[in-house]
This record gives sequence, C-alpha cells and structure tokens, in this order.
Amino acid sequence: MSDESRAIQVQQEQRPAVRESRSRRVFAPAVDIVETNDEILVLADMPGVRQDDLEVILEKNVLTIRGTVQMPHMQEYDLEYAEYEGGDYERVFTLADDIDRDKIEAEMKQGVLHLRLPKAGPARIRRIPVKTS
Amino acid sequence: MLEPLFPWREMRRMEREMDRMQREMERMFDTFFPRRRRWMEVEFPPLNIWTNNDQAVVTAELPGIQPEELELSVNNDTLILRGKRVANDLPEGARYQRRERFQGEFARSLQLPFAIDADKVEAHYENGVLTITLPRAEADKPKRIAVHAGQSNGKEG
Repeated sequence: MSDESRAIQVQQEQRPAVRESRSRRVFAPAVDIVETNDEILVLADMPGVRQDDLEVILEKNVLTIRGTVQMPHMQEYDLEYAEYEGGDYERVFTLADDIDRDKIEAEMKQGVLHLRLPKAGPARIRRIPVKTS
Repeated sequence: MLEPLFPWREMRRMEREMDRMQREMERMFDTFFPRRRRWMEVEFPPLNIWTNNDQAVVTAELPGIQPEELELSVNNDTLILRGKRVANDLPEGARYQRRERFQGEFARSLQLPFAIDADKVEAHYENGVLTITLPRAEADKPKRIAVHAGQSNGKEG
C-alpha cells in the first residue's frame, strides 16, 4: 500500500504483555488520519470507551492508542444474536514527523477519539518572507 | 452409441473440480482480505440483540453520530434503524492519509423474536453506543392458562 510510506504508518498490531494477563479481546479500531502542514489529526472509532478509559502514549515516534470498554451488565438477558463482541481497543502507529508533545490533545467524543498531534518546528513548512530592497 | 451406464466416475470428477474451485476462491479471498478486520465484518452499525421473556435490548456500536440524525421505527416485531454519519469538516489543505471509518447513510432492519409495544420503546446514546429497550407487547406474552379440575372427579355421571 502506497500510503504506508507517508507521514504516518500503521504497524502490525503489537501484542504487549498486558494482553496475556487479560482474557479480553483486543481490537484494532478503524481510523481516519488527516494531515495538514501543521498537524496530524487521528480519528478512531472506539465505541464504549469513555475519556477516562483512554490511553494515548507517544514514545519516541511510536504512537499507541488504547481504550478499555465497560461492557453492559446483561445478566437477566440471553444473547440472542451478535455482530460484535466486547473487548478493548489498541492500535500502534509510527510517526514520520516530529511531534510537539506538549501540545498533543486527545478527546473522546461519543465513542470517537479525536487526537491532534501538532508537528514540531523543524518539520513544519515555513514561509520565509522575501524582502526586496 | 454407448452411453456410460454408471456416470459416478464423471460425477466424482466434477465434485473434485468443484472442491478445487472452492479452494481457489477461498485462496483468492484470503489474498484480497488477508486479515479480516473487525470493521469490515458486518454492516454498519454492528448490532447485538439480548432478550428475555419480557423485553429485548438491542445495542449498536454507532460512534460519532448526532442522536437527532437517528431514526428508529418499530412495526410489530421489526425494528428499523436509519441514520447517517457525516465526515468531519477538514481544515483547509488537509489530506487523508488513511480512511477506514464508515461514512454515509445506513439502514438496518431487525426482526425480533416477539412483537414489540412500540409506545414503550426507549433509546439511549452514550459513548458511541446506542441502546434500545423494546418491551414485548402484552398481547404477545405467553398466558398461563389455568386448568380447572372437572366436577365429575374422573367418574362418568
């Protein structure tokens, strides 16, 4: 895929140690990644994840997003039919640009992660004013 | 002309050929979709249905929609869910590097195991999950029929 080589790359989902200690399944959320000259915007579908259950980690240029889901308690019901199953979300990206980590913003809005990653100075395209004498 | 009396051999050959074609199709499918990802598996939005004797609960993973864009209707034992998910406005000069999230209109129709009392249906949207509670219609609930013992007490009068 040609887009793998661009500014942000989606790695194979890694299996961190956390995974083994839990019996829950981990899914890769669907993402949209939008880039402008100044920032990278990541939108990830993580239904059932609250703001407090979200984890965003940037280690060097490796970005990990992780969300845990509180499954509804349905003891008094039988599951009649299922198209999705409960589990957590995790996805790992490699960023090509340097990110200004102090200005990263992450917010969950109705099950969608909105993550803004502002590019750090040198990677930005700067307009250099040209003066004429 | 001599027709084969026993076409079994030919049928077995065809069977083997069908098997081979099926394997070939599966192999091609695996090549195009090397790993089935969760968001490709079912229609949008994916639904779960829970039931007991008195009601059904339908949950849908519907992240990032406006609840007022949703349209729910119930007819007897059928639930219809319609809506759309629109793309966020992009800043000027923005370009997509990756686009996996569902966008556009959707419509799902579900048949429940019993008739629903449409007036008592409730829907709740939180953290991108829609939960619809659908009480079973009274008329549809099984009635316990009392069995009365006859006066004759088993003896013919």
